[in-house]
Order: sequence, then C-alpha cells, then structure tokens
Amino acid sequence: MASRNISVSETSRPKLPRHTKLKFDETRQVWVILAPERVLAPDEIAVEVLQLCDGVRSVAEMVDQLAEKYAAPRDAIATDVIAMLQDLADKGFLTEARESTA
Amino acid sequence: MSDTLAGNKTTTAGTTDGLAVLEQTRSAAETYGIPLAVLLEITHRCPLQCPYCSNPVELDRGSTELTTEEWKKVLSELAELGVLQVHFSGGEPTARKDIVELVQHATDVGLYSNLITSAVLLTKDKLSALADAGLSHVQISFQGNEPMVADRVAGLKDAHRKKLEVARWTRELDMPLTVNAVMHRQNLHQLSDIIQMAVDLDADRLEVANVQYYGWALKNRAALMPTIEQIEETSRIVEEAQVRLKGTLAIDYVVPDYYALRPKKCMGGWGRQFFNISPAGKVLPCHAAESITGLEFESVRSNHSIAWIWQNSEAFNRYRGTGWMPEPCKSCEFREDDFGGCRCQAFALTGDAGNTDPACALSPRHEEIFKQAEQESAGTQNRFLYRNFAGGTLETEAPQEKINGA
Ligand code: SF4
Ligand code: SF4
Repeated sequence: MASRNISVSETSRPKLPRHTKLKFDETRQVWVILAPERVLAPDEIAVEVLQLCDGVRSVAEMVDQLAEKYAAPRDAIATDVIAMLQDLADKGFLTEARESTA
Repeated sequence: MSDTLAGNKTTTAGTTDGLAVLEQTRSAAETYGIPLAVLLEITHRCPLQCPYCSNPVELDRGSTELTTEEWKKVLSELAELGVLQVHFSGGEPTARKDIVELVQHATDVGLYSNLITSAVLLTKDKLSALADAGLSHVQISFQGNEPMVADRVAGLKDAHRKKLEVARWTRELDMPLTVNAVMHRQNLHQLSDIIQMAVDLDADRLEVANVQYYGWALKNRAALMPTIEQIEETSRIVEEAQVRLKGTLAIDYVVPDYYALRPKKCMGGWGRQFFNISPAGKVLPCHAAESITGLEFESVRSNHSIAWIWQNSEAFNRYRGTGWMPEPCKSCEFREDDFGGCRCQAFALTGDAGNTDPACALSPRHEEIFKQAEQESAGTQNRFLYRNFAGGTLETEAPQEKINGA
C-alpha cells in the first residue's frame, strides 16, 4: 500500500512507486514522469534527484552526493531537494521504503 | 551547475514548477505535435445504462469493433508516434475478452495504461491479471455513495456493491485508484458522503465531474440539471475538502459551464492536444464529436496513418485554432483561452458546431438557453431515459418525483 501524508526529511528513503515511471521520451528528447492520467516534465536537477531515489539511499546521502558533485552549500541543496520531493509525495508520486522518525 | 541547484533559478518554487511544465502550460500539442495521452474507447458495450453517458446516442455495435489485431496495431502506432499514455475506456472496456492482452501489448510497446471502468464485470483474478500485464492505474465511476441512488442511476442492480469491492481489490493490488463521480441534480446531495467514501476506499484522487449536456445527457437534461444553489453548495464543499484532505486525497473539480460566464476550454481546444479512437476505429477530436452530423471522421481502417489523420484530416482542421471563428469569438480577447468553448455543445444547442458555445455569456443564444436550463433545474421531471443500443428506454417510474415536487 502506498503510504499517505509522507513527510520527507533527511532520513527518508524515497522511491518512485510502481505506477510512477521516470522515462526518457525519445520523441520529444526530454525526461518525463508518467503518473496516473498525467505526464510531468521534470527539470534536469529533478531528474538527477529522482534517479537517486532507489528506496535505499536516504535523502541525506543524496544531498551529500549532490553537494559534493556541484561544490554547493549543503543547506541550500537540502532545502531544495526536500521541497521538491515533498511536492511529489503530496501528489502521490513518491513513496518511502522505510521511514525513521528518530 | 552549483548556481543552478542552489541559486535562485531553482528556488523551491522553481524546482516544483519545473516538474509541471508540460501540464501547466498545456503546450503539449503546440510544442510537440502529438498528444501525450490518447483515449481508446474500445467498445460501446456496457452493462450499465447511465442517463448521462458520454457515448454517442448512435452506439457502435459489437460487430463493428476493431479486432484484437487492429487494436494492437493502433497501440504500436501510437507508441511510435510519441504518445506516452493510453486510457482504456468505453463503454465498458472489460466487456472485451481481450482486455488483458491489449494492456499487455500497450506495456510491451512502452505505453502507460490507465483503465477507466464501471468495474461491475471485473473479478479479482481479472484485475490481478491486468496488474500483471502492466496496468498502472484504475479509475472507477460511481453513481452515488449508496445503492439506492447509485443503482438507480446506473440502471443496474447491485452495481454499487460490486464497485466498492473492485475498488478495494485495486488498492490491495497496490494500484492507484481514482474515484470518478458524475454529479447532477439527483445525487449532488450525496457529495460530502462521496468524498468520505473515496477517503475510506483509500483512493488517490477523486474526480468530481459535472454532467456535460450533449448526447444522452441532453436528452436527460430536465432530470439532471442542478440548481444554481446546488452548484454553489458543491463548490463550497469541494473547496473545503480540498484543503482538509491535502496529501490524502486529491480532488479535481470543474464547475459546470451552464452556470459559468465563460465556456470550458473543451479538450484544450479542438485538435490541439487530444484525440480519441472510437470502437469502430474512428479518430475523433473529442469523445462526443460523432454527435456532430456533417463532419466526416477518418478511421484507422483507412489507408491513412494516425499521424496523417491528426494533422491533415478535414474534421480536425475544421475547428482548429481561431481561424474558423464567427463573432463574438473572432474579436474576443479570450479566443486563445477557451477556443470558443465546446463544438459538440454548440452543435447540440444551436444546430451549428461553428457557433460560439452558448455556455458563453457573450453568445447571442446564451440568455434563452440558460433560462430554459434554469427552469428545468427547478422542475420535477426526474425520470431517466436509460442509455442502450435501442435508442434509450424511459424509466418506468421516478421514485423521487414526490419528494422533489414538494
Ligand atoms: S457512462 Fe455509464 S453507461 Fe456510459 S459507458 Fe460509462 S458506465 Fe457505461
Ligand atoms: S466570445 Fe468566444 S472566445 Fe470570447 S469568451 Fe465567449 S466563447 Fe470564449
């Protein structure tokens, strides 16, 4: 069962549910997210983040990885990534493998 | 790159907006040429008899339906064109014995499948076979929140109980569920309970759809048209629930255009971002388009490709863009916002699909049609004309006549 009202934090381990598909659209040459009766166009950064959402990695690990890759301030990245994932979760396009609320 | 990620370009709002670009700008067809999603009405057969059914009054018989191989060819062609999603609909799509095979083929060619169903024919095994074949989403129509009203509207005993059962199986199989509730005068009082029913069913989304008055629904308008008070109450209930249920249940709601000042942007504009395919293989700009007489629609059985039909056929080009418009649309500042409203409604209510949709307050016919609808909404004619292949059957008695007439 997909969980409702997920609250994304650094400890979450998000993943795309079975019915949400990240796919490269060959015709339009863009990445798209396929969800029930909807097609979304994630920007480059969102695509990169979503590709890291495997249900194993925590948000904290993703943020570390991105902060290092782009030599950017960790706080700013954490804020952006969590906001983006929270938005997807609110729409039901993201679930969690496991949540630690510690 | 660090600037892009941490800087102003991707502030919270920027990132979030980026995700919805295609949807929010509604620019799919303009930019990309071919719709992102296509509605496949694979059959008109249906065990229900909803008096507002959006199928044409002249239904396609089973014998004219595309064969399994023909539908598979259509699916392959759509995937090649760049269509990303298909909606298997009808009639009742599961009335076709090959539904699992068709969903499997859609999956094989890379299409995302939605099933739009009345649910009453589904068994748990069938639903689970559909999930295994790659079905990603199930939308079930409900006619009310309890059997008394719901089964009467559907014209089928025990339909409501069956629907609840299939909705639960859908969630057990971990497929997302949309509850579709078509609202009208005789069930609007159940809206709050329908919202709660959707929550209890663990649905992801609720579509509160108001009846669109052409085809069967137009024949039943006097029995279905809500009062303006009902509509105001509906908007209030929906808005309250949208806030309260954020993150639990998404609610989509469209105000019925009879009581709006401007018409709906029907289909996002004729031939701009949507087409559907009828049971017999006609490629249509809207599921009700066949109600417009005098337009010739090409079939996938013709020697033209689907892409050719979409781009070049007479029916798609007739009302595309703004060039065809008469006044008042022609010089109206909203012409690119609503594209003159709904062609099928213009045809149904004025006899000419090329007229301004009379739902628009600027249409010369608006006053007269609106007044008539308003009178009907206050009336006591509650008997349904049920949808069927025989051209409709009038309900034997209308149980609520006395109640409403008070
Ligand atoms: S609206 Fe009712 S009768 Fe028409 S196809 Fe849907 S379930 Fe069947
Ligand atoms: S006049 Fe035509 S374009 Fe203007 S709002 Fe009415 S329907 Fe839309």
